[in-house]
Amino acid sequence: MNAKKKRRLAFAAALLAAGAVLAGVIVYGLGQNTMYFRSPTDIADKQVSEGVAFRLGGLVEKGSVHHGMGADVHFRVTDGKSTIAADYNGVLPALFREGQGVVATGAMDGSGTFVASEVLAKHDEKYMPPEVVAALKKSGRWQEGTQ
Amino acid sequence: MTGELGQLALCFALALSLVMAASGLLGTRPASLAARRIASGSAMGLLVFVALAFGVLTYAFVTSDFSIIDVANNSHTLKPLIYKISGVWANHEGSMLLWVLVLSIYAALVAGLQRGGERLTSGALGVQGLLAAAFLLFIIFTSNPFLRLDPAPFEGAGLNPLLQDPGLAMHPPMLYAGYVGLSASFAYAAAALLVGEDGWTRAARPFMLVAWIALTCGIALGSWWAYYELGWGGFWFWDPVENASLMPWLIATALLHSALATEKSGAFRTWTLLLAIAGFSMSLIGTFLVRSGVLSSVHAFASDPTRGFFIMVLIALAIGGALALFAWRAPTLQGGAAFEIQSRESMLLLNNVFLVAACACVFVGTLYPLVLDAINGTKISVGPPYFALTFAPIFFALLLLVPLGPQLNWKRGDLKAAWRSLYPALGLAGIAALTVLALVSPRSVSATGAFAVAGWLIGASILDIRKRKGARASAFAAALAHAGLGISLMGVAGTTLWRSEALSVLAPGQTMTVGPYTLRFDGVTREKGPNYIADRGHIALMDGDKVSTTLLPEHRFYPAEGQDMNDTAIRTTGWRDLYLALGDDRGGGRFTLRAYVSPLAPLIWLGGLVMALGGFLSLWGRLRVKEAEPKPAAPAAALAAE
Repeated sequence: MNAKKKRRLAFAAALLAAGAVLAGVIVYGLGQNTMYFRSPTDIADKQVSEGVAFRLGGLVEKGSVHHGMGADVHFRVTDGKSTIAADYNGVLPALFREGQGVVATGAMDGSGTFVASEVLAKHDEKYMPPEVVAALKKSGRWQEGTQ
Repeated sequence: MTGELGQLALCFALALSLVMAASGLLGTRPASLAARRIASGSAMGLLVFVALAFGVLTYAFVTSDFSIIDVANNSHTLKPLIYKISGVWANHEGSMLLWVLVLSIYAALVAGLQRGGERLTSGALGVQGLLAAAFLLFIIFTSNPFLRLDPAPFEGAGLNPLLQDPGLAMHPPMLYAGYVGLSASFAYAAAALLVGEDGWTRAARPFMLVAWIALTCGIALGSWWAYYELGWGGFWFWDPVENASLMPWLIATALLHSALATEKSGAFRTWTLLLAIAGFSMSLIGTFLVRSGVLSSVHAFASDPTRGFFIMVLIALAIGGALALFAWRAPTLQGGAAFEIQSRESMLLLNNVFLVAACACVFVGTLYPLVLDAINGTKISVGPPYFALTFAPIFFALLLLVPLGPQLNWKRGDLKAAWRSLYPALGLAGIAALTVLALVSPRSVSATGAFAVAGWLIGASILDIRKRKGARASAFAAALAHAGLGISLMGVAGTTLWRSEALSVLAPGQTMTVGPYTLRFDGVTREKGPNYIADRGHIALMDGDKVSTTLLPEHRFYPAEGQDMNDTAIRTTGWRDLYLALGDDRGGGRFTLRAYVSPLAPLIWLGGLVMALGGFLSLWGRLRVKEAEPKPAAPAAALAAE
């Protein structure tokens, strides 16, 4: 084996090792940081451990929104079959309305309440997040053409 | 009538693009002089007809011709003129037409400049013709902007208010200039594979630079817009749409560096070809992600599945075809020249490894949710922590190595000497780190590290500039671009690590504090804009008992579109932004108010500007050198004049 070949081999090996490290980091990163989308029914059916971040989507239940003294808001998210209480401390998007679709990022606390860290803005009053549509279809509460 | 004129222009453009593709590819044969002339001529014709179609559409938007569906769906008589014009590309059909317009501008430039010899130019034109034909077919059959609506409505549906913003009016043309600019490098690379001609990197260099500058500016504009428009105080959200512009930028940056090595020392010949293909592939994938409707965002106009399918087939053909060509022809080309381990080439190799790895992280994080959803319907999202864990350390490592490259010679360098000559930069890094440690509490490793690296980058750039004193302006291009990285890094570190944030529900007369500022809420007034109604918050910035200034963040509602948005109020000292967003109405005159103090935020975009300026210097130097060069380009120039 001449020197040139040897160097080539060493280079290929180094690149392969770097690729393996990269793949490892990516897989680890994805494993740690993917957030699942869940509907209220998903939460009722499956045990969702507290503190694990996920995205909750559904409709804001009519008559459920209460403002606290500060910036805190309490409301319930429903997909027509199950309902989850949610707490949020922050600015709500202006199109956050009772009876409308909502997607929130957060985690369950010990008492079965969803603590939202972010309530996603939707910029269009006709727009329904696709995940919410899918969740409503699954629970059989989606009516074509009413949205 | 105008609509039909546009339609006709599109059909002519399609015919010309097909002629251009065929004659351009034929013209790669040594003897086919006539074919080369036809290719150049049809490139000019293509530009004329596409520009005509684009002009017609713009005219329809400006005159609010609602008999055209595209105008009716996306415009409104009450919109200010600038947003009537930007409305042309703020929708799917018009934005695809803009895409083709930019492509034909680049094709006309390739034909007009005739860089790199006749056969290479001809091959590049052939490839550009193929691309233009594919996208024109896409427009005519799935996204025709000139379709009529009968009867015409009296009023249009308006434009998403988020897009009614001066920064965003310029954002798409800028980004497209970058995306599509990579098609020129791609076309040259494919032509080089066909012709077997070396020196394509030299011919394509100005196009790479223009694409890179445009991408840099486009990304900076987009992030600036997200900062002041979305009201969350952040500048980058790792949104798939943002990632779609970052990926081509990362590859374009790698390409700029690798092509330089190929040109100067003959290294990385095949790798540079592959990068040119990869860069444009990222642009195509970006276009697909953004425009096909697989992502729901302000950018996704199309929800028509045939369009998504068409773009997917187009991407598969372009990337697959180019890779097949590469696999077929690359082995016949001359391999890359050898270099020592201690050399500038080695540093550029590391640069490429890190940039491509960073791009891979973004790529996987962006596409994984889409793939998973397509496979089994599981809906997940990959959040910023993933990118902080994967992308950030790789990019940080890259930044550490940046100063070494320019200090090493081509082929054989002396790492020890390079290191020694960088001692002053190391000193500046130490001073930056100590300053941060001394002035800022609580102490943080990340902040200290980030500022040390920023000092290292900027210090090395200053050394580089001093070393080249008296040289032509273009010699400072790399130093400026690298200094820009350091400046942006300080901005990013300052905003993410030291931002203070406050959220309160305030009744008129109440105060809140954020960072060093005291703010008094003086109530909300109802204002009427040209096409919106706004709640305007009056926030007094207090200096003791006196009011030093009043900030007016607004919350706007656009009745025509049925949408709302924030208009934040930002007061900047240049070193620090005070950022206010008016939140929701809590009844009884009480409103939520969100306030941020973002230290060094303006540096993020200043750094981007400095980087782009570096690119400009290099481009300027390139175009001047071209004039001075004795080139067998005389017949080509005559050809272009035809």
